[in-house]
Amino acid sequence: MKVAVCIKRVPEMDLRFSIAPDKKSLEQSGLKYEMGDFDGYALEVALQLAEKQGGEVTVISLGPDGVQETLRKGLAMGAARAVQLKADQVPFDGLAIAKALAAELKDAGYDLILFGRMATDTASGTVGPMTAELLGLPCVSSISQLDIADGRGTARRDLEGAAETVEFPLPAVLTIDEGIARPRLASLKGIMAAKKKPLDVKPAQLGEPRLTVEAMALPPERPAGRIIGEGSDAVPELVRLLRTEAKVL
Amino acid sequence: MAKTFGFAESRGGELRKVAFEAVAAARKAADASGGGEVHALVIGAPGIAAKAEQLGRYGADVVTVVEHPALERYSPEVFAATAAEQIRAGGYRAAFFAASGQGRDLAPRVAARLDASLASDVTTFEIQGDAVLAQHPAYVGKVIVTLRLAGTPALLSLRPGALTAAEQPRGARVEKAAPAMDPATAKVVVTELAQSRATKLDLGEAPVIVSGGRGLKAAEHFKLVEDLAAAFGNAAVGATRAVTDDGWRPPTDQIGQTGRVVSPDLYVAIGISGAIQHLAGMRTAKTIVAINKDKDAPIFKVADYGIVGDLFEILPRLTEEIRKARAAH
Repeated sequence: MKVAVCIKRVPEMDLRFSIAPDKKSLEQSGLKYEMGDFDGYALEVALQLAEKQGGEVTVISLGPDGVQETLRKGLAMGAARAVQLKADQVPFDGLAIAKALAAELKDAGYDLILFGRMATDTASGTVGPMTAELLGLPCVSSISQLDIADGRGTARRDLEGAAETVEFPLPAVLTIDEGIARPRLASLKGIMAAKKKPLDVKPAQLGEPRLTVEAMALPPERPAGRIIGEGSDAVPELVRLLRTEAKVL
Repeated sequence: MAKTFGFAESRGGELRKVAFEAVAAARKAADASGGGEVHALVIGAPGIAAKAEQLGRYGADVVTVVEHPALERYSPEVFAATAAEQIRAGGYRAAFFAASGQGRDLAPRVAARLDASLASDVTTFEIQGDAVLAQHPAYVGKVIVTLRLAGTPALLSLRPGALTAAEQPRGARVEKAAPAMDPATAKVVVTELAQSRATKLDLGEAPVIVSGGRGLKAAEHFKLVEDLAAAFGNAAVGATRAVTDDGWRPPTDQIGQTGRVVSPDLYVAIGISGAIQHLAGMRTAKTIVAINKDKDAPIFKVADYGIVGDLFEILPRLTEEIRKARAAH
């Protein structure tokens, strides 16, 4: 089984963000980067499939040379090879990215192409289904369970208050939700081996972006928190405030 | 004057709340560009047409209904092909979807088929000349991004509950259409739809969420959280990732960076310290209440009303008082 996993390098989300003077981007100094949360789950799913059913995993990432670090991490976790689709910047427009990925993935013979459910930075979750459409491949998004056997798959998608069971033929594109597999840590041996694994660099054939960032701003600060009391004696005051001030009762 | 489009999501033969939100947003966009027609699309099993007129209340002028026995459940390929065909034929300025579980799958497929721009999980938008500007919370809610959508149609998926579905009654004309492809030829098939919590409110739609964390100490103590939710009468139960990871609650209950992002009127955090990953999922709640024994817990920095103390002592009394308050009003 040949599996591709498209991963994104995103800022660590527990950092404090500030907006750059152009009011359209993040202040870059102080940012640290990691592999997107959901991309880690997707990679783990791919590695487990390759281990159980034979085959190899390729990690693909679009972006500046900084993404090579993220790709090396994927190699250290167990991917066999990596591809950087080189671009100075990663556009916000999912379709522009999907076009570049589709150009790379087309006719490459992958049985499965995996994505995380969404990148934690742009939080849009569009690139996976868009890439599938451009490639004309079956796609199931945001899955929390997966079985693959005899060239077919069965997946579970969680919706609001419901869950779908979905069947599909391979090759297919899947986007992976949390809860399916916990990403492994790279071993020291894996990290050493990763240095010798192939990492190809190719120019990204990005589409023309039509979704662009007009402005970025920090959300309005919540008013400072207020402790209204201690223990159950504070309950009547809380209920009074919920009724008269917050008006939620 | 510009026509706009709203995709009206249904489940189990009923339109969902997000269907009205999408149509109301389409109405708003049409009115903002001179007051053109709003067209809605409903896809479902035979019988769904009877629900179509409801969309007139929220401003639909025309509702296209596609009924087929095989479309009782979602079919990604048939829905995407049909929506893309309708939007292409309609020449719309903008097309609205819900950023629901279904809409997050459908909207990007339609955008790819139409080669159109798509802004996802939008909380507000405005029409500005040739462009549509849409706000979208990104970076786990820590940055509000304003996106510019160029080209026509502009596609937007709307965060459930973010835009109120205002009533603007129109006499919706209902038209039938056929699916754009034969459902029997679809490769991806939803073989089962299991209602996991048919009787309970969904986290995305509940006005009140009562959420529990590790401070509850054991799975069985979630009964206290459920009791409080029941006392509110309009509440759903959520949990932190620590709790869902430990299996005290199902993963679908998780609120936070890797779970659900919610904006209820009231969020009650019980025994939750307030890790950044959790705050990412609930910081936009209108009112936040926190109950925690540690007065230095970060949750108190965002809580409008905090009570420091033993939740096992506080919760039963709070449940009782909420029940009384609701009975009295």
